This record gives sequence, structure tokens and C-alpha cells, in this order.
Amino acid sequence: MNTPTLLGLCAAVLVGLGLYGLIVSPHPLRKIMAFNVMGNGIFLVCAVIARRGAGAGMGGDPVPQALLITALVVAFAASALAVALVLRLFEETGSTSLSAQAAGPQPAAAEGEV
Amino acid sequence: MTEALTLALVGLLMALAVWTLVARDTFAAVSGFVPYGLLLTLAWLQLRAVDVAMTEAAIGAGLTGVLLIAAAARLRPTEAPAWAERPGLPTRVLAAIVSAAVAAGIGACVLLLPDPAPTLAPAVAQNIASTGVGNPITAVLMSFRAMDTLLEAVVLLLGLIGVWSLAPDRAWGGRPGPAPTEDPNSILGYLARVLPPIGIVVGVYILWVGADLPGGKFQGATVLAAMWLLVMMAGISDAPAVDRTWVRLALAGGPAVFIAIGLLGAGVAGAFLGYPEGLAKPLIVVVEAALLPSLAVTLALLLTGPPRRKDGDT
Amino acid sequence: MKGILDIFTIVAVAAGAFFFLAGTVGLLRFPDTFTRLHALTKADNLGLGLVVIGLLPQMDGVMAGLKLILVWLMVLLASATVSQIIARALRRGGPEP
Repeated sequence: MNTPTLLGLCAAVLVGLGLYGLIVSPHPLRKIMAFNVMGNGIFLVCAVIARRGAGAGMGGDPVPQALLITALVVAFAASALAVALVLRLFEETGSTSLSAQAAGPQPAAAEGEV
Repeated sequence: MTEALTLALVGLLMALAVWTLVARDTFAAVSGFVPYGLLLTLAWLQLRAVDVAMTEAAIGAGLTGVLLIAAAARLRPTEAPAWAERPGLPTRVLAAIVSAAVAAGIGACVLLLPDPAPTLAPAVAQNIASTGVGNPITAVLMSFRAMDTLLEAVVLLLGLIGVWSLAPDRAWGGRPGPAPTEDPNSILGYLARVLPPIGIVVGVYILWVGADLPGGKFQGATVLAAMWLLVMMAGISDAPAVDRTWVRLALAGGPAVFIAIGLLGAGVAGAFLGYPEGLAKPLIVVVEAALLPSLAVTLALLLTGPPRRKDGDT
Repeated sequence: MKGILDIFTIVAVAAGAFFFLAGTVGLLRFPDTFTRLHALTKADNLGLGLVVIGLLPQMDGVMAGLKLILVWLMVLLASATVSQIIARALRRGGPEP
């Protein structure tokens, strides 16, 4: 069981944990964190694939590694947008509940302001 | 020996991931997320991905950590109502079964990866001389897959526009974040005066050295963005109003230069983002130098959030 | 010569790790936040300094060694500032230590 395989299996567990957290956590911020954990697991699998492609004097295949850098940055941008949405929801309604009852009497109250 | 280190790393990673799931207090869970990101940096190093490790330390652990900590601090009042909404046991069991199935599927894929592994490393090694850079990852990012990097810069910009669109009508085009209350002569103000000159040198150095050694513009831009955020947090300088022209020019300048050079390549070298013969290195340097300030401003503004006050508000 | 340098590295890094361990034990066992801050800042900075000193013989070139020392000085600066901010926030009536 060499290092890349071990980290690949760890990545699979991380994806499972992140998915469970995404489905089960009621607080949107915890969902965003679980989403990040899941994303990091998937990035780990990609890095394992890159490591196995070592050759020609490099420690790992550079193309998947470059794509991973892109992925990390885009994941951060998505997290930032998601967090901004949660904070705006909190400012508007005073709670971060995603359930249908919480979104009930909004349209009349929000008529005059946005 | 490295297997023992990897085993310890894997154990800690999974323990921290479980902590972020089960911790009662969201702030405590977020406090576990930052060391999780830093341990992930070590995991990237174990897989010989140094550039990715630097990006993870900077953006994955650093900036995402700041984002989540600020949000968790503001969302403290929603803790108890959220906990009351936890799904019941059947939903949790079903979620656990689905997650375990997905994890098992990915684990099986990892164990069944083809051997010998297909790789593009020899192809990169053959063609890297034409790009003029020594770091294969920079060559891939800026030359072989330059389209991906361009789209990534544009995605960051679109994310920022999305964040700005969440501003309330009365604060449209105003300043993000709360009004500065921190005394600029406190210890944080001292740090915000001592650190940024060093940080700017380090950020530009990381960009410059990325041509031949691990580094690059994303890591350098993150350091610059962190320095600006420190200055804003210490109250020395206020967040800029987002309708200022210099903000918009700084944000759009980098991607615009990138697209212009791409169109130049379409005309001269026959393909969008193709570099003319012998001009690859200078063009790459121009694009990176233009993208560095744009990325730094974009990352910092993504963290400060949507505009919330206009000048002249009480 | 190489053997002596390697032994020096191992001894210094092990001593640094011991100080980190001591700082963490302090974090877990001290009664309130002020004493925990004290344990963390002192022990961790000293531990990091020992690790840096231990790694210096393994660097190739003076510039790489200077970069390591710069990293240590940055961590010193940041941790000192942060612990002062935490302590001041506590004194001004923040959450119970």
C-alpha cells in the first residue's frame, strides 16, 4: 500500500464524509464547509492520478496539477459567493433556515425595500 | 518511512474532517477547518505537487478560512435554531448509506487505476523549451492550457460580480464591510504597517520565481490580497467604494490584457492564445504581470463582501 | 561532516518538537485563556526557532537559510500580535476565559 494509494483511499473517505455533512447539516455554513471537504477529497484523487503519472524527470504529471490549481481557486470563488448569499439571507430574514416555513410571509414585507 | 508519515497524515485528516462535521458550535467547526487545510498542504507535498501545496496553503486554508471564520462570527445567533432543524434518524441513515456507497465507489476507482499510468509528462517535457519557462506547471498553465487560466480569471471576476449583486439597493456601488472601528494606532495597526512592505516583496517574488521554480501568480496574488485585507482590517485604510473607476480598471485590466494577447495570437500565430515564435516568454511575463494586481484586488474584494454603506451615510 | 550535521538536525528538530508538545500540553491543561496564550506563544515560538536552526545545515546556499529565518521572524511577529489582540479583547470584557 504505497503513499498515493493510501491518500487516494483517504480521499474517498473524505468525499463520503463531505457528502454526508452536505446532506445532513441544517446550517448553510456547515453545508458550505462540508462541500469544501468533499471538493478537497476529489482534488486529492486528481493529485493521486497526477503522482502516478510521474516521468520524464518530473515528480508528477504537470497537467492534472495545473488543473488542480485552477480547481482550488474556482472552489474558493464558489465558496465566497455561497457565503455572501448566506449572509444576505441572514440580513434579510434574521435566520439562516432553508426550510419552506421560514420563507413564508416574505413578499408583502419586502415590497418597499430590497 | 514515508508510509508511516502518510498514515499519520491520513489519520489526522480524517479526524479533523469528522470534527468539522460533528462539532456542536459552528465556530469550533470552522476552527477545525483551517488546520485541516494546512494538513492537506502536507498531503499535496507527499504527492510531489509543490505548486498545488502553495495554492492550498494560501487559498484553500488561508483565504477560505478567513471567509468562514468571519461568516461564523456573524452567524452566531443562528446556531440554536439551526440545531433544532436537524433531520431525523431515517434521513441520516439514508444519507450515511449513500455517502458510504459513493466513498466505496471512489475507493474502488482508486484501487483499479490502470498500471502503468497514462501520463502527459513526456509530452510536456518535449515541448517545454518552446515556452521559455522552466517550471512545467507554469508552462502548462500559461501556454499549453492558457485557455483554462483565462477562463479561471474570468470566473473569479464573475464570482465577484455575483457577490456585488447581493448589495441592498440603497448601498449600490458603495463600500463593502462595516465602517472601520479599529484604532489605527493599536498593535494591529502596527502590524499592518510593518508587514505589508515585506508581504508585497514576497508576493512579487513568488510571481517572479514561478517561471522556473514552484510559485506563480495565484499564490503571489493571495499574499498581496492578504496584505491589503490586513490594512483594511486594522482601520488604516477604508474599503474602496466599488463604483470607483480605479477599482473597475484594476479588476478588468488583467483579463483584458490576457484576451488582447489571445486575439493577437489568433492573428499572428494562427490560434487564439497561440504565442508567436520566440515571443512566448515575454508575452507570458506581460500577462502574469497584468494578472497579478487584478487577481489580488479580486481576491480581496471577494472576501470583503457586497457593498453595505455609501459615503454620506450616518 | 555530513553525519555530524545530520545528528545536529535530528537533535534540534526533536527538541523543537518537544517544545511544541509542551505548548500543546499547556493549551490543554492550563486553567484559563491568559495562561494558555502564554504557553502557546512562548513554547511554540521557541519550538519553531529550534526546528529552523535544526534545518539550517540541510539547506543548500545562504539564501535558502535566510528565507527560513525570515519565515521564523514572520511567525514570531504574527503570533505575538495575535496573542496581544486576544488578551486585550478578553480584558475588555469578551467571553469568559
